Amino acid sequence: MSTTLPPESRMANDIARAFRHLPREQAIEAVAGHIGRFWDPRMRSRLTRFVDEGAEGIAPEVVAAVRLLMPRRESGTG
Amino acid sequence: MSLLKEPDFGTPERPGEATVSVEVDGLAVTVPQGTSVLRAAALAGVDVPKLCATDSLEAFGSCRLCVVEIDGRKGTPASCTTPVAEGMRVRTQTPRVAKLRQGVMELYLSDHPLDCLTCPANGDCELQDMAGVVGLRQVRYGYEGENHLAAEKDVSNPYFDFDPSKCIVCSRCVRACGEVQGTFALTIEGRGFDSKVSPGAGELFQDSECVSCGACVQACPTATLQERSVVDLGMPTRSVVTTCAYCGVGCSFKAELRGDELVRMVPYKDGGANEGHSCVKGRFAFGYATHPDRVMKPMVREKTTDPWREVEWDEAIATVATKLRDIQQRYGPGSIGAISSSRCTNEEVYVLQKMVRAAFGNNNVDTCARVCHSPTGYGLKQTFGESAGTQDFRSVARADVIMVIGANPTDAHPVFASRMKRRLREGADLIVIDPRRIDLVRSPHIEAAHHLQLKPSTNVAVINALAHVVVTEGLADNSFVAARCEGFEEWAEFVARPENSPEATEPITGVPAGELRAAARLYAQAPNGAIYYGLGVTEHSQGSTMVMGMANLAMACGNVGREGVGVNPLRGQNNVQGSCDMGSFPHEFTGYRHVADDTVRTVFENLWGRELLPKPGLRIPNMFDAAIDGDFRGLFVQGEDIAQSDPNLNHVTAALSSMELVVVQDLFLNETAKFAHVLLPGASFLEKDGTFTNAERRVNRVRAVMPPKTGKHEWQIICDLATAMGYPMAYDHPRQIMDEIAQVTPTFQGVSYELLDKLGSVQWPCNADAPEGTPTMHVDDFTRGKGRFVVTNYVPTDERTTSRFPLVLTTGRILSQYNVGAQTRRTGNVAWHAEDVLEVHPHDAEVRGIGDGDTVRLASRVGETTLRACVSDRMPPGVVYTTFHHPVTGANVVTTEISDWATNCPEYKVTAVQVALVHPLEAAATGAAEDDRLAVRD
Repeated sequence: MSTTLPPESRMANDIARAFRHLPREQAIEAVAGHIGRFWDPRMRSRLTRFVDEGAEGIAPEVVAAVRLLMPRRESGTG
Repeated sequence: MSLLKEPDFGTPERPGEATVSVEVDGLAVTVPQGTSVLRAAALAGVDVPKLCATDSLEAFGSCRLCVVEIDGRKGTPASCTTPVAEGMRVRTQTPRVAKLRQGVMELYLSDHPLDCLTCPANGDCELQDMAGVVGLRQVRYGYEGENHLAAEKDVSNPYFDFDPSKCIVCSRCVRACGEVQGTFALTIEGRGFDSKVSPGAGELFQDSECVSCGACVQACPTATLQERSVVDLGMPTRSVVTTCAYCGVGCSFKAELRGDELVRMVPYKDGGANEGHSCVKGRFAFGYATHPDRVMKPMVREKTTDPWREVEWDEAIATVATKLRDIQQRYGPGSIGAISSSRCTNEEVYVLQKMVRAAFGNNNVDTCARVCHSPTGYGLKQTFGESAGTQDFRSVARADVIMVIGANPTDAHPVFASRMKRRLREGADLIVIDPRRIDLVRSPHIEAAHHLQLKPSTNVAVINALAHVVVTEGLADNSFVAARCEGFEEWAEFVARPENSPEATEPITGVPAGELRAAARLYAQAPNGAIYYGLGVTEHSQGSTMVMGMANLAMACGNVGREGVGVNPLRGQNNVQGSCDMGSFPHEFTGYRHVADDTVRTVFENLWGRELLPKPGLRIPNMFDAAIDGDFRGLFVQGEDIAQSDPNLNHVTAALSSMELVVVQDLFLNETAKFAHVLLPGASFLEKDGTFTNAERRVNRVRAVMPPKTGKHEWQIICDLATAMGYPMAYDHPRQIMDEIAQVTPTFQGVSYELLDKLGSVQWPCNADAPEGTPTMHVDDFTRGKGRFVVTNYVPTDERTTSRFPLVLTTGRILSQYNVGAQTRRTGNVAWHAEDVLEVHPHDAEVRGIGDGDTVRLASRVGETTLRACVSDRMPPGVVYTTFHHPVTGANVVTTEISDWATNCPEYKVTAVQVALVHPLEAAATGAAEDDRLAVRD
């Protein structure tokens, strides 16, 4: 039950689980859309970094969603 | 304003289209059919003497003072119990009735203390008034006969006295307790001359089931039930109509004063939310506003280990501005942010988020609604198109089946609960979905048809199973769905799957399939089915999913868009709805419009003269995470106590400790202030001018009863700070702030103080399409056009019980306390709830050797605390329950970081815990340490 994942990875996994009933491509779009719409850019950057560093413990749909978001990747400060 | 005395028409209104015309003392009047003669007379401008009648209660016909003569009828009927008939001619002043009334008054006064001049009700006593009205000049019976003048006074209640020597046994208090409040704590004990009002079976008020709502005090025509404050201070001389600052019901009150001293709060009959009723908090628990703990001067300190230093406002504002700008220079513009308060006015919240977006130059603003109803905003926006409940409170009077999910209205929203209970007594059916057996499940004259006592965290499985029954048994309202909704087919296919059936979900939810099926049929087949819900829905890892699940169910059954139906969040704090409406979320401007919307953003940029960021900012938990990571360094906290209310307190306090600047704006040195560098003293609701928006989207005026004791309005503090940071912000009056809100927010377009003063209150949307507001939403179309069905897959929470933490903790609220208790702990309400206790099922208690009242250790994987056990079978085995009103308990030390997937609303309602008996010697030592801690703090 406990998690040692960084918050961004944990929260992104939660989002992925909420959309897991969708076909894979739609689920990835939904995860990317949700993160893009509700997350501060620095959180997206941090998640992207975790994915780039090996995506340990991060759901595959999240990894794919991050790739989808990459062209829109932000370095902003929120 | 002088003392406001509202008219009393004697008996309740009888709404209806059919009318009857009658003549009263020669005056013609047309009234709705079913109206009493007494009320018709009052409407004609004729006051008939009365004592047992008042228009908040059904006629009783006991005092015989309102007798009249009616042409063509024998005798002298009581006008309160006699309905009007077409052509009726009534005479209210005849020698015959005058004699009868004098005789009645003589009897009353022969057994009544003649201490009018020193009586606390002098000037506000209907018995005194009636003696004058009937022209009483003598009491032929004398005063020496058998009487009740030696009856002992009951002063056990902290707020009002019960003096039976002054009682005329009119039963108004008894009826108010039943009809208005629905508690039935009072009764008339004895017969004939021995008849007397009694709380319970001869108990004192404080020991009885009385909930101290004040309805009996309000109804009493004499000084028998009298506010202690009136006894102590005397009768008030002026009134100011304002809005309660406790829960999301948003009751209107007359603040009654002598000079600038508040004597009492009296519920306002014209209040749209409460219509003359109140609860113990709003009615009586206002003493915190003048409590000596109030901070009156700004204070600063370099380090949190330094003592506080009082400073003038200019220095405090300059200090905050300089430090915030310095942090931004070193760590970037996004390194600071603010949290707005659901206890503050719309105007105060609006200027706060404006300061963040325009002066801070980021979107790092969030609101305490993050930790309560943010899933409501998300879920209802996704399905209905608007982040708000669908009904007004009055709507419940038209409901045939009421489904209460994860809410405890009698404790947390008591005035609305009284409305609900009235409807239930009239025959509406009740379904309760809650792990805990809340009072509504079985209370006087109320019994739930179904109590689905689900396991915590399985809400979504239950709502899907209910929907499964609706779809597979052909109970859906197909014509409504076809005309008004989209996405039904996909959703119906989903919920109809075997894994969503009640039988399949029973092992997960613990709800017997047969019971669930019966509940689904009852709701679906009701002419009007209404859903009311609370934090037992939202504060879960699937809070948003559950909100959408309820919306799905309501749409499937055609239960949206008219009176008596709907999906209705019961908001926790007074201005949760308003703080969300006002653009407190980091991704939204006012009116729930995304910051990425170029058109909307341009409106604000043009008005505010600043370029605004199109990307969301940090939410509250994200701020804490970022603080621990080191890139969030400064926080302004407006009227919230995040170091007590937010989950996983060790994490919260670590985050606060890691910041360079924490600014707290509050009435008191709260728990968060321990980590603060600047304390800006806030104003109580009695000192505020502005508006609150309650759970039914009703915008109510908050009017200052007295000037701010700190010398500065809270909206002025924000404006001064923004200005000191280089972004000039100035208003002369909060009405100008509301005008700006209306200018930039389509749903508030028509709202102004002028309109509110004219109408009393208004429910948004209020604009050209609805110039006097919108009591019921989505009537012809949903805000988003078509109502959208969303597939709601059940996903178990990550928080699981283990052998080490085998129990589930869930949290809630109690009637007499409010939120973190900062206000109510500083009132007489501590008489009812001096500490948080842990409710433990007898089985769980027994196997741990725990007895009622024992001190126990409550531990989760993130922390532990100690508190006293209350052995109770309200909870099912395996589930324990507590409240979070007292900082000493620190219930949120044990709650975890798990949150709603969509909004990050914390999962307060599910924490795996272990409970163990604390050895009495250790408990004594702990208690002594806590006493020391409290002594230091106080």
